[in-house]
Amino acid sequence: MKIVNVTHGSFYGIGAYAAASLTAAWLARGYPPMLSYAVLVVAAIVVAVPFALVIERAILRPLYARDEVVILLVTYALFLILEDVVKLIWGVNPYFIAEPYALLGSFQVAGMAYPTYNLVLVAAALFFGGGLAWLLHGTRAGKLLLAVIHDPEVSRAMGVNVGRYYLATFVLGSLLAALAGAFTAPTVSVVPGLGVDVIVLSFAVVVIGGLGSLPGAAVGAAMVGVVRSLSVHYMPQVELFVIYFVMAVVLALRPRGLFSLAEPRKI
Amino acid sequence: MRRDHTVTILCTAFVFLALAGPWLPQWAMFIMTVAFARGLVVLGLLLLLRAGLVSFGQALFYCLGAYSAGALGRFFGVADIFVEMAVGGAVAAATAFVLGFLLARYRGIFFGLLSLALSMILYGLLVKSEALGSTDGFNILPSTLFGLRPGAEWVRYAVLVSAAAVALAAALLVHRYLDTPLGRLAPAIKDNEIRVEYMGASARRAVHVKYVIAGGLAGIGGALAATAVGHIDPEMAYWTTSGEFIFIAILAGTGNVAAPFVGALIYGAIHTMAYDLSPNTWQLSLGAALLLLIVFLPEGLWSLFSRYVRHS
Repeated sequence: MKIVNVTHGSFYGIGAYAAASLTAAWLARGYPPMLSYAVLVVAAIVVAVPFALVIERAILRPLYARDEVVILLVTYALFLILEDVVKLIWGVNPYFIAEPYALLGSFQVAGMAYPTYNLVLVAAALFFGGGLAWLLHGTRAGKLLLAVIHDPEVSRAMGVNVGRYYLATFVLGSLLAALAGAFTAPTVSVVPGLGVDVIVLSFAVVVIGGLGSLPGAAVGAAMVGVVRSLSVHYMPQVELFVIYFVMAVVLALRPRGLFSLAEPRKI
Repeated sequence: MRRDHTVTILCTAFVFLALAGPWLPQWAMFIMTVAFARGLVVLGLLLLLRAGLVSFGQALFYCLGAYSAGALGRFFGVADIFVEMAVGGAVAAATAFVLGFLLARYRGIFFGLLSLALSMILYGLLVKSEALGSTDGFNILPSTLFGLRPGAEWVRYAVLVSAAAVALAAALLVHRYLDTPLGRLAPAIKDNEIRVEYMGASARRAVHVKYVIAGGLAGIGGALAATAVGHIDPEMAYWTTSGEFIFIAILAGTGNVAAPFVGALIYGAIHTMAYDLSPNTWQLSLGAALLLLIVFLPEGLWSLFSRYVRHS
């Protein structure tokens, strides 16, 4: 939608918090722990969808006509607000829910223990990535959405309900962020500021890949992940900035990212 | 044509501040000094914003200026506030000159994100460098002025007046610059860059020049903040610091060179009050303020003032 959404990080954080507290409550009641995975998903949906609906309708909608940089600032403001709202609701103490993580155990790869949960995460990422690609390129709604992004005015003239597409896209995007947070929650301690690091990282990913490109995002994420692991392994002192270094190099060579789409010139 | 009173107003404000300064409480002097430091950074940001460029990485130069000032004191024993500002500004401007060759090619979101990446690289470097105090940063020697060391009760005042003087000089120079052909290109670049090129001007060169000026100003601001606070840490290069500067720029508006300083002062006041009222939720208040401003006052607080002037 040509929106650089800083609030995305907040949705990630909120998803993680909601998943952590709901799963903890679920397990405390003594319900079957195997169903806690479903609880993670439900938690993300329950918090993300209403929040995203309200934010899109009430705040973003009147501002679409403005500059994309203005939208960036609006989402930054929302991000600041939500950061503190999270602190108000959940406090500043860390949350742990290791059960879903520990439950699956681990298996041996070349003599090293590897947690099965991480494998499940990879599968989930493939599933959602593939699903999104199918939605965008294989369905009527997805193709219409691409048209709406390319030119909202012409789409409107063709009888497409542009507002509804914007709303659906924003909600879906936010939901994915919250799901990512919910799935990550069992592997980390959920603390305030969780979203800050993630948002800058994911910007690096999409910029490396090219804004608005799905394969770009996948390749960018893989690059960032591999480069980061390599640097942790070989040169731990550069771990923090190596990602930004990669991003700067990619942008220097390909100014619009690896998988950038062609842009029309307006004179 | 309406006469421009900017120069008169700025000079009057400076004289008034210098005279009233000794009666101000110490905490107010501190807030004002920091506001001048931030104002200098935002003044540079104003130049870029006028050309439609939002840099999410001015913290890079702010931090460079601060660390240059700190390094002067730590390794060479120099603590003169003017030397620190000059060196901080020069280091930052030189860095901006080099980076400008890369950045001047980018516009819009890419300019913002690339500048953000560059400032985060500096943050990563500083966090890992033990010689410069890693995440803790280090303290800075108390300032002197031209080799003189003012008495303890006068240090704050002396730093404040020096800050105001430098800010005044910078504001006047930028005001002049905005009236030169190069300065006037800014709105044209924002409007339609291809037309600028058709006219025979180089948009890339104009952006490069603006970027270097903005970098130098941010460096001076960083050095000033370093001496005023007496402590520096890598957090100065973190992207949220850049966010703060953009917040001030939006708050103030880009209508006039005085706006960044007024904006920085108001920001300092909001920040202090919000922190005082609710230490845990000051971000919430700031975010709400930013949101309201963008929705209701897209041209910043300065637009209220200029609307009033136009009516009278």
